[in-house]
Amino acid sequence: MLTKKLVMAGVAAAIAAGAIGVVQAEEGQFIPALTYRTGPYAPGGIPTANGYTDYFHLINQRDGGVNGVKFIVEECEYGYKTDRGVECYDRLKDKHGGATAVSPYSTGTTYALIDKATADKVPILSMGYGRTSAADGRVFPYVFNFPATYWSQATAVMQYIANEMGGLEALKGQRFAFIYLDHPYGKEPIPTFDILAEKFGFTYDKYPVPFATGTEQKSVWLQIRRTKPAYIIMWGWGVMNATAVKEAANIKFDMSKFIGNWWSASEQDVLPAGDGAIGYKGATFNGSGTDYKVFEDMKGMSGLSDDGDRGTVLYNRGMVNAAYIVEAVRLAQEKYGEGKRVTGEQVRWAFENLDLTAEDIEGLGLTGLMPVTKVTCLNHEGTNPAILIQQWNGKAWEIITDWIPAMTDVVRPLIEQDAAQYAKENNITPRDCSA
Amino acid sequence: MEILYLILIDPFVQMVDEPSFLVEVLIGGLTSGVMYSLVALGFVLIFKASGIFNFAQGIFVLFAALNFVGLMDLGVHPILAFVITIGIMTALAFAVDRLVLRPLVNQDPIILFMATIGIAFFLEGFGETLWGGDVRPVRVGIPDAALFWELGFGEILVQSADLFAGVIAAFLVTVLALFFHFTPVGRALRAVADDHQAALSVGIPLNNIWVIVWAVAGFVALAAGIMWGAKLGVQFALSTIALKALPVLILGGFTSIPGAIVGGLIVGAGEKLFENFWGVPLLGGATEDWFAYIVAMIFLFFRPQGLFGEKIIERV
Amino acid sequence: MLYREAGQFKTSYSADQAMLTIPLDRWFVFALTAFAVIGVPLFASEYLMVSILVPVLILSIAALGLNILTGYCGQLSLGTGAFMAAGAYLAYKIATNITWLPIWVVIPLAGLCAAAIGIAFGLPSLRIKGFYLAVATLAAQFFLLWLFVKVPWFVNDSISGVPPAPPRSVFGFQVTGAAAGNEAKYLFVLAFVIALAWIARNLARSRIGRSWMAIRDMDIAAELVGIRPLPTKLSAFAISSFYCGVAGALWALCYINSVEPTAFDINRSFQVLFMVIVGGLGSVLGSFLGAAFIFLLPILLNSAPGWIGYSVASDTITHIEFMLFGVLIIFFLIVEPHGLARLWQIAKEKLRLWPFPY
Repeated sequence: MLTKKLVMAGVAAAIAAGAIGVVQAEEGQFIPALTYRTGPYAPGGIPTANGYTDYFHLINQRDGGVNGVKFIVEECEYGYKTDRGVECYDRLKDKHGGATAVSPYSTGTTYALIDKATADKVPILSMGYGRTSAADGRVFPYVFNFPATYWSQATAVMQYIANEMGGLEALKGQRFAFIYLDHPYGKEPIPTFDILAEKFGFTYDKYPVPFATGTEQKSVWLQIRRTKPAYIIMWGWGVMNATAVKEAANIKFDMSKFIGNWWSASEQDVLPAGDGAIGYKGATFNGSGTDYKVFEDMKGMSGLSDDGDRGTVLYNRGMVNAAYIVEAVRLAQEKYGEGKRVTGEQVRWAFENLDLTAEDIEGLGLTGLMPVTKVTCLNHEGTNPAILIQQWNGKAWEIITDWIPAMTDVVRPLIEQDAAQYAKENNITPRDCSA
Repeated sequence: MEILYLILIDPFVQMVDEPSFLVEVLIGGLTSGVMYSLVALGFVLIFKASGIFNFAQGIFVLFAALNFVGLMDLGVHPILAFVITIGIMTALAFAVDRLVLRPLVNQDPIILFMATIGIAFFLEGFGETLWGGDVRPVRVGIPDAALFWELGFGEILVQSADLFAGVIAAFLVTVLALFFHFTPVGRALRAVADDHQAALSVGIPLNNIWVIVWAVAGFVALAAGIMWGAKLGVQFALSTIALKALPVLILGGFTSIPGAIVGGLIVGAGEKLFENFWGVPLLGGATEDWFAYIVAMIFLFFRPQGLFGEKIIERV
Repeated sequence: MLYREAGQFKTSYSADQAMLTIPLDRWFVFALTAFAVIGVPLFASEYLMVSILVPVLILSIAALGLNILTGYCGQLSLGTGAFMAAGAYLAYKIATNITWLPIWVVIPLAGLCAAAIGIAFGLPSLRIKGFYLAVATLAAQFFLLWLFVKVPWFVNDSISGVPPAPPRSVFGFQVTGAAAGNEAKYLFVLAFVIALAWIARNLARSRIGRSWMAIRDMDIAAELVGIRPLPTKLSAFAISSFYCGVAGALWALCYINSVEPTAFDINRSFQVLFMVIVGGLGSVLGSFLGAAFIFLLPILLNSAPGWIGYSVASDTITHIEFMLFGVLIIFFLIVEPHGLARLWQIAKEKLRLWPFPY
């Protein structure tokens, strides 16, 4: 009886193994979408994935793809687990003639893929996450993190605080608080803040939040109540954000002086706190809401995700991500042949020469949704990194500032220093970008 | 010498200097501890009655809260939703008993532990299939305001939601204690906890007892889920709070209901005191993840059965 | 008939004491090893080799380690992830600071460091047992990960905190980091697997292995017959942590190519524990079967709809994957609580009589 079972299992395995060999031969521009619609980070992963995939479907249906080349999107769910993310990437990268570009949306997976994708000649577009020093295109030819990096964001947030307080001089002698996830991601901006603190004469207290749960914040907020910082800056992700917003509201901290980074300021972070969250601010590099031309085109279109997420911060961010890739494909086709499928290597070239002006963005119907972006060989975070500050009004996120530029004079040397260390440890000879 | 001063003396100087902060930290710690206890209670109930370390208890909390909030979002009245959710948890208890526990009766504890992990996986997928992965806020009118209490030495902040959690926990423990001591079912449960075979031989139906225990644990999970959900919004990350309940279990003992409460209070107050007076100034903070475990480990050196644990673990 | 022991006589003690006494077993193992060493690199695709076999083999080492502790010595541990992290961080630290040291020395060295840490966290096992001990080992899990994230020394003060795997070579072939060739990487990992599995198999039937099992089966009786619990339990912790440390180092350097804390979180500890239990407690073979089963089943469930041409939403697949995974675990426990290794054994016993069972 058991033997029989084993034989059956063997037969089943053999059939499965045979099935692996079947490769679909559909033609098109292939987009592997690494998503996490399940697991503890699903609240952030679902809208991002929806926005990302919907935009490609929109381009396919509205424009028939790019010059007739349609996008093929295949999702692979990895639940924010690094090893599954790597497996997903490996599973998808050669399908349909090869991946165009990959956006993992996770710190761990991005780091794991940096060298791998470089070896495979698949560009990574880690939009505002992953390795900050990848902005140095000489060391990281295949990794892009435009429109801005964490370090640029940190300086821009400080710039915003200075603007609110009445100029950079006003920072002198102030005390701020920095709440972060106790994980490499959360610790990223600390060197930048250290430099800024020295430069402008302010102090700041660091409050790590334990990583395993992200909800252990009572001590943090008791300390904050005691130290009374002028502003709080937060680098959080997942359930940590909602907890922090709630605790801040509970201690009656002035929410307008509480600023989250762009992964700490979306709808699911403020909703659990209810009205207490009103006034909470966050950095962003994309507009929210549905008042953009592109959403008109999406109305009534089939094959998209249901419209519950549409207009949320992360959904729109996913769309911006897809829009960058679509424009890079367009640019690559201009150079390498219109109406033809372009390879990852060609898309890499396009990313590096991407120059989206305000008119280009207007033409795409994305004005206000994505920033003006110009990438160069030397600078993979874009030449004018800048952020917007948005504020939660109880129903929606409202953009309350114009673009606030980052202090590139502070950030760039740090990026080059870290990239140089990376190059040294990995025996990489930096490219020459002057040509 | 300076380091010794920083470790041994300075924190206490700070405590005395700022008594209002000390009191705030203590209250904050105790109230967090109550929240851990709510989760730990479910573990204790099942371990006490069946000797099973129910790893799925964390998911139970999430699953119960998901059902409750999901039903409410569909427009069901909160009380009705509460009742329906209890029904669901009872059905779940029944299913667990029939499909998992019965076929595995008499197996090693580690096998049963493993089986509960299987249950955890199943419920994780099942709960998300039913209700999706979005954050759902709980709005059941749990009082949520900041109260500022004026004490002789300064003003302290207390959250009414935390106090409410304390009341719920006290209520639950009282009800459970009464249930265990004064109802026939409760007495049967205690008999089973003491000795399965003896209980069987005097005619206590073991299987029904297990269904009841798992259902009660489901009810406790629902209470914990609502309290935690009110705090964080009901989302998948709720299942990780089980990690905070485990050191509570060790400290209090796996088999003691009062132990779960007292253990929770000790863990909560201890980790908050350590974080604020030692962790942040000396170690850079974020010590709460491990502090309770280290304390529990050291504590076990001296009292291997926990504070209130019944079984003496033999020395080796 | 296919598989028989009858008529196989041993004429010397050494033959009787051999690791695999039955020729058929021996040939099978040799053939399998030969296939793994020669056949797989020749025929397997890159995906199969690097994304499937490498992680499965590395996790097998971790499962072997935990099996020594839990399966042979009876000490339940949930600190596997932390010991793997110790191996990973220290391997990185040693490799980048003592650059002349060959990588095949670095990794065992990192394993030794993990072993030292394992001994420290094994001390409570002298007083406590069972689930109490399991929860106490969680102290290692949380404390060590906190330490590695907190102290920048471990990552050479890297600003990003997630350093890339340093590229190192063996015999002129790069084996760590992403630029390493697939075959080189696979064979490098495989070499460790073969060596460690061989050692584990022999340890288990040596004096020390027998004393572990004595402690597991009845510690008081073991003590009465003269087995000292302290060195026995601590040696199990040390060797188990050594295996986990090596696995962690390989995981970071050869699989995910970066040293990153989330790869070794509490879920990893649980995953390895599943492998050991589903594979079979106290079985070397079980560690491999369990690792393959637990790692591959979710991927299989996840990709299966794609193969048969169904297009299902990716989140639905994952939900189903979770449910099926849970159900299968319970199913396996009900059908065979002693794990896949036991199923294998039963199959062999049946084969002995096939095709004429009585």
